[in-house]
Amino acid sequence: MNWILLLEQTLNGFQLGILLFLLAAGLTLIFGIMDLINLAHGSLYMMGAYFAATFTQWTDSFILGALLALPACMLFGIILEKIALRTLYTRSHLDQVLATFGLILFLNEFVRLIWGPIGLDIPLPQMLSGSVELFFGIHYPAFRLVIIAVGILVAFLLYLLVSKTKVGMLIRAGASNRQMVSALGININLLYTVVFGLGAVLAGLAGLMAGPIMTVEIGMGEGILIITFVVIVIGGVGSIRGAFVAALIVGFIDTVGRSFLPDILGIFVSNDIADTAAPAISSMLIYILMALILAIKPQGLFPPKGA
Amino acid sequence: MRNTPRIKIITLLMLSLGAIPLIADSIDEPFYTVLFSRMLILSIGAVSLNLILGFGGMVSFGHAVYLGIGSYVVGIGTFHAFEDGVEWMGNGFIHILVAIAVSALAGLIIGAISLRTHGVYFIMITLAFAQMFYFIAVGTEKYGGDDGLSLYMRSDFAGLLDLSNDNSLYYLNFAFLLTSLYLSHRLTNSRFGMAIRGTKSNEERMKSIGFPVFRYRLVAFVIAGIICGIAGVLSANQTDFVNPSVMHWTRSGDLIIMIVLGGIGTLFGPVIGAVAFLLLEELLSGITEYWQLIFGPMLLLIVIFARGGIDGMLVALDRWWLRYSVKKNVEDN
Repeated sequence: MNWILLLEQTLNGFQLGILLFLLAAGLTLIFGIMDLINLAHGSLYMMGAYFAATFTQWTDSFILGALLALPACMLFGIILEKIALRTLYTRSHLDQVLATFGLILFLNEFVRLIWGPIGLDIPLPQMLSGSVELFFGIHYPAFRLVIIAVGILVAFLLYLLVSKTKVGMLIRAGASNRQMVSALGININLLYTVVFGLGAVLAGLAGLMAGPIMTVEIGMGEGILIITFVVIVIGGVGSIRGAFVAALIVGFIDTVGRSFLPDILGIFVSNDIADTAAPAISSMLIYILMALILAIKPQGLFPPKGA
Repeated sequence: MRNTPRIKIITLLMLSLGAIPLIADSIDEPFYTVLFSRMLILSIGAVSLNLILGFGGMVSFGHAVYLGIGSYVVGIGTFHAFEDGVEWMGNGFIHILVAIAVSALAGLIIGAISLRTHGVYFIMITLAFAQMFYFIAVGTEKYGGDDGLSLYMRSDFAGLLDLSNDNSLYYLNFAFLLTSLYLSHRLTNSRFGMAIRGTKSNEERMKSIGFPVFRYRLVAFVIAGIICGIAGVLSANQTDFVNPSVMHWTRSGDLIIMIVLGGIGTLFGPVIGAVAFLLLEELLSGITEYWQLIFGPMLLLIVIFARGGIDGMLVALDRWWLRYSVKKNVEDN
């Protein structure tokens, strides 16, 4: 086994896990507090990437572009919440799934209309595009390290926000008993808007950081959204801590599985069979993990208290 | 049964579906036979999903998996029949039997895991498993991976039926649709169906009066999968092509849309919905390339305002018609 490759892939898995966490944190909060299953959360991720691409073009700087894209995402999310999603909170999950599915169709077509059908690239500034030498002479792309650092920072800030501030207290209270919170005279609608805006910013942040690594294209948020669902199911719906742990596990298993499964399978069966079967099996790994965890703990690893 | 406008309209719809190939041939537009053939196949899929979603309240977001399974059974079978000369693998009866077996197995596994959970978990898990099957198909290079397989021949029904004729295929689809409607009718009105409907409205109560709810649901889940697997067999024959996108997650979404558009939990709702969905798609994409810009918000509006779907509107029409005819009777006398 190649240890340098393993270390690299572990870091890659960590970085995918961070992106998944940013998406899952917002989605799980929105579900926990508003009881809304929002399929269009992946579209916010896509919008983040497109906003960043455009602003980077205007300002000629990825950093500025990213800083402008974040408030744009928040604004976009808040408008979306006010116009379309607000009416859905009291509806059945089926209605929510359908309506947000319609929203995805709309937003994809909207992006096609404005930005065109061809994917965009986000150019990175000089200082982020190179690679950094880690220990043992291992080189790793600087930007991926930045993603990991930003993700950990955001996770820490989110922890502070949720567990140490007044807003966080309301968010936690809203997640365990909505009626009671509004009965105590809290403006629950404002809280909903704040939470949705927060979720939109986190999703946008994930999208704009994924933009330079992958291509910015229509529907880029859909594949990752489904993996995010796996993360949430494993972590426990409504739990940010669960989302963090599960996102890292899923990111690691998916990435490392893809690169090492052919070798591992090769130990047991002939190399030919291993090479043909590995791609199909490695894409199953995270779903098998999900099935196993559900078999043992149907509520996920960290079910939120009081739910 | 009273002869209300709703019943007349639904009867008219089914009769015209039966006459489509004759009409298309007489105006020399075989394209319509193909279009409506697709409607029939998706109707079968929607009818099967309606069994669990409409009557059982199980919001499965991965029902297109079985369309994929059925399609790949035909794709892989005809691939070996054509490339390696294994004749029995091109046989249509075998395709259907294998599709039933594999769909049942897949339904059993997915159902056994996902039915342990409820609500939003169930939606996400069925979606995730569907995605898993999608990626398995993408990763299977031998059968074309992402690009899929072209069918060099259609399922062979040993001289009984020549599927290379689009009209024969159309009537095969139609026969399967009628069968699935009959099954759906019988099933939902049986003791088993009543139990399933009972779990939708109050699961705890069904449990406490002694119904093994999980087992009932699982059986319904498997039956729905089997019917949709057969639709997959038909679908591959219709398109002469199999690729992973038949089970793309948006396909599952489309099936749900058809049910809600037509009328959830009603016998003919899924058929009405499938026909309306594909007609809308045809119509809107004829107007603008960006048709989903209209279709997306339309969905949102349907969800918010028209909850019973088209069938619900027909019911409202019936009520209006009833009032009108009573009033007319009173005035006449």
